[in-house]
Amino acid sequence: MPDSDTAIEIANLTKTYGTDLKALDDVSLSIKRGSFFGLLGPNGAGKTTLISIIGGLTKATAGKGSVMGHDIVADALAARHSIGIVPQEIVFDPFFNTRDYMRQQSSYYGIYDNDAWIDTLLDRLGLADKANENTRKLSGGMKRRMMVGMALVHKPPVVILDEPTAGVDVSQRRSLWEFIRQLNDDGTTIILTTHYLEEAEELCERIVMLNHGRVIADERTADLLTSDKHHAHCLYFRLPSGQQPPADLFAPAAVEGPDSQGRFRVDFDDYSELEQLLAKLNGSGLACSGMEIAAPDLESVFVSLTGQVQ
Amino acid sequence: MIAALRRGAQALLPGFPGLFHKECTRFLSVSIQTVFGPVLASLLFLIVFAHVLEGRAAAFQGVSYALFLVPGLAAMTMIQQAFANASSSLIISKMMGNLVMILLTPITPFAFFLAYLMASLLRGVIVALLMIAAGALLVDIKLEHPLWMLAFLISGGLFSSALGVAIGIWAEKFDQIALFQTVLLLPLTFLSGVFYSLETLPPLWRFLSKLNPFTYYIDGFRYGFVGTADIPVWNSLLITLLFAGGVSLIGYLMIKNGYKIKN
Repeated sequence: MPDSDTAIEIANLTKTYGTDLKALDDVSLSIKRGSFFGLLGPNGAGKTTLISIIGGLTKATAGKGSVMGHDIVADALAARHSIGIVPQEIVFDPFFNTRDYMRQQSSYYGIYDNDAWIDTLLDRLGLADKANENTRKLSGGMKRRMMVGMALVHKPPVVILDEPTAGVDVSQRRSLWEFIRQLNDDGTTIILTTHYLEEAEELCERIVMLNHGRVIADERTADLLTSDKHHAHCLYFRLPSGQQPPADLFAPAAVEGPDSQGRFRVDFDDYSELEQLLAKLNGSGLACSGMEIAAPDLESVFVSLTGQVQ
Repeated sequence: MIAALRRGAQALLPGFPGLFHKECTRFLSVSIQTVFGPVLASLLFLIVFAHVLEGRAAAFQGVSYALFLVPGLAAMTMIQQAFANASSSLIISKMMGNLVMILLTPITPFAFFLAYLMASLLRGVIVALLMIAAGALLVDIKLEHPLWMLAFLISGGLFSSALGVAIGIWAEKFDQIALFQTVLLLPLTFLSGVFYSLETLPPLWRFLSKLNPFTYYIDGFRYGFVGTADIPVWNSLLITLLFAGGVSLIGYLMIKNGYKIKN
């Protein structure tokens, strides 16, 4: 049973298409109220199917889910009142301008005198000067931001953002995240799916990774990044132009490179190995012209995890 | 007053007032295409047919051909426009993907169905009334039984609106809507006694006409104006209501089960 501290509870959710295509396979997860949560995975991992089930657009084959304690099937209306979803596909209605489209969306929730909040949303999403523009005339990034506004129009306690920054330029992306972060600080639970992993790394406290419809990681972001189960730290070094390190210099570890910046790379699991690598490099007589150590990032975790499963 | 009504409707049917308003705004924002164009087209039918056939065909005794035509054309235009409203709105929303933004909200399936149904009915009624008003400028119109006219206006409008909802949900592309309109709806409305009395038809065609549900609607609607009908008017009302109820049930169940709108 979901407790009062849970925003979203998913238990053993399965979605099968036809006889053997499992979009979701026994997925369980719990998202705390007020958290900033990342739902990651490669294309076709099942993220959008999971979001569609939570939003009531798709029926699960098996399993249960709840939003703010409301069952997504038995108490669907209350669950949908509690959530705002930004779908992945950009949609708009050419019969309306931006403000009227948001007013329209607000009316489906029974909220009619909502202009003050709609104006705030338009302002914070950088759409104030497009309020009276037909939605057809907005650029892709503007339409995406309008959809964020529509998901927030009824001030839901839980918001799911499915690729909210795809096609949004850098400065608008920053101001969007600033706004979303402020909502999160004020208590709104945010669930983010994105292919911009640096965004997820920076914003999300906890991350669930899906692959082939299964949960392959469910950890705090900090734990995921520091865990040596999934990935390695990297030692990068540069050599004078044209020089190559011997292939077996760090055996059994392999050396890769040079990359586009002229760097060679060796992975290592923990810092006790670093000393040996540096000793081997020093003993080789190669004259290093630069060296850096990179901490693991979410991208390397992602590649490592999804690669392991595949 | 409007705010109180809206609150009451929202409490009873969550999402209905908003979606009904959206649907009405949609068709009124393009009223040249959705309201005035069809009225003008029907008026042209009236002018041409009444001029060409006046004096040659006595539809009902004591009823001029032009007077016979006006209610028939109004009913035919209503059928076509009420159907077009729901079906085109739904297919546009499905094709553009914006239906998702409605389905994500706490709107009940019945409220969803009713909003499309009532907005389509409203468009049909507006078009029919405008057609009658315009026809009254050309023909001396009588209204023998206004309540019967109203009963058929509502029942026939509900039937074609519900048909529009069901076909709009079923269709996956504009072509399918157009095919339904061209191959089924248009012939059925043209062959439903808009331009002639069933009594003037050979027995086989009269029998076939009675298989056409729109025949009952148009005959009953015309009875409201001229006080004469080919079919007993209670029978027509019952049949029109049965079709309206049956198609409404199908449309509602399609939405409730998420047929072609949910996975």
